[in-house]
Amino acid sequence: MSGHTDMVLVDENGMRIDGRTATEHRPIKIEAGVLKNADGSAYVEIGKNKVLAAVYGPRECHPRHLQNPTKAIVQCKYNMQAFSVSDRKRPGTDRRSIEISKITAEALENVVLTELYPRASIDVYIEILQANAGTRCAGLTAASVALADAGIPMRDIVPAIAAGKADGHVLLDLNKEEDNYGQADVPIAIVPSTDEIVLLQMDGNMTREEFDKAISMAVNACHEVYDIQKDALKRRYSVKNEESDSDE
Amino acid sequence: MSNQAISDIKRDHIINLLAKGTRTDGRSPSDIREISASVNCIESADGSARVKLGNTEVIAGVKIIPGAPFGDTPRSGVLTTGAELIPMAHQSFESGPPGEDAIELARVVDRGIRESGMVDVDELCITEGEKVWMCFIDMYALDYDGNLFDASNLAAVLALKTAMIPGTQYGLPEWDRPLPITCMPISVTSSKIGNTLILDPNFDEEHISSARLTVTTDDNGNFRAMQKGGQGSITLTELGQCLDIAVEKGKEIRETLNKIIG
Repeated sequence: MSGHTDMVLVDENGMRIDGRTATEHRPIKIEAGVLKNADGSAYVEIGKNKVLAAVYGPRECHPRHLQNPTKAIVQCKYNMQAFSVSDRKRPGTDRRSIEISKITAEALENVVLTELYPRASIDVYIEILQANAGTRCAGLTAASVALADAGIPMRDIVPAIAAGKADGHVLLDLNKEEDNYGQADVPIAIVPSTDEIVLLQMDGNMTREEFDKAISMAVNACHEVYDIQKDALKRRYSVKNEESDSDE
Repeated sequence: MSNQAISDIKRDHIINLLAKGTRTDGRSPSDIREISASVNCIESADGSARVKLGNTEVIAGVKIIPGAPFGDTPRSGVLTTGAELIPMAHQSFESGPPGEDAIELARVVDRGIRESGMVDVDELCITEGEKVWMCFIDMYALDYDGNLFDASNLAAVLALKTAMIPGTQYGLPEWDRPLPITCMPISVTSSKIGNTLILDPNFDEEHISSARLTVTTDDNGNFRAMQKGGQGSITLTELGQCLDIAVEKGKEIRETLNKIIG
């Protein structure tokens, strides 16, 4: 957000360096049920981001003092792998990953029917294999598909995407260059059936007008991500009548 | 800051009062508590402020020392923000390394200061690529009665606003001058109880609220940082209300701070 570049991020035709228009997200690929051991899992690619999410639970809550006698808790660990960024990232938790884990868990807890599993914990693990701006949104998008894949009762699936500002233009789903040299970043996640916001952060510099534009862009795009999430789950669990795989 | 049980009778009392448009301490939903502060109260710090927001109290100190810049910004000073929720401030706080609540708190305050460009880090280069001024902002909760986000933001902003670069201490007397400050980022946190938004929640209100949104504005009323917290959700209409009130209250708070600094 603070860098400077002579690079033109948005050309005179409104085209971005990766050929997208302002309101286009990067190509998104989602697969559900990609790991064997986890109760649920998902793999997500958004542009050059590659993210895995796994869910264990509901299971006994550790540490035990976090148990809630009236409902389950959702715990999340977001982790960037050492080779996921251009400089090697020092392994282990840092302040950034603790914050992202916290807000991701809060967003998911909003849709999980936690009151069905008193004292239990639902553990969500997000691993960033390759990062290219927008990993917290990719991680949350993957985590909700993994929760559904684990068969956890939810009132909806949570899609997430960011909008931002670069070269003075409000843009959807910033890539690395736009994030580094841009002027603002607004990741959001919604409950698609109601358009309620369950995750919202912002940094940079935006007027009210720009912010409103970014929010409406991101909310629209969340519905597109939602369709891709649902499609991934349908592909995982649909049974073809004639040549169905016997193990599916 | 979470997992504190509030009795049903207290919860009902707060909700019943809110339905009538008032609060347990007589405030309206959009009233913030009184702000008082003593600045430069710590002589060993290069800048400091002890701020009270109602019964919530936070102290922030700034230490400025020479150090190596980051490789990708060889001509810029360095900003670091930390927060601790010490056991003195509340029975629910434990000693030890900062937990997720303290880390989120520090990072939200940091974001407002950093993204608003409050401290002009380009004016802090001593020798390019070798030595710059590093500015450490450390905040400690002393007394916790809700809304540490806004109280900590106020303390940090006042501490920075009154900070002096300690040039002579490091053999650089030509650097003796106030820390270069460009604006005052002010955060305004709205909490959602039921379907009502309130500003500056006290402890009880904070612990029955489902969601909060912290919005930080600059001197021009532009948005510089936001953070939604809590397991609840906020609607797009509520978001609009939070933004409006953050701009309006931010302006008032900025005037209050200017009076405090004099």
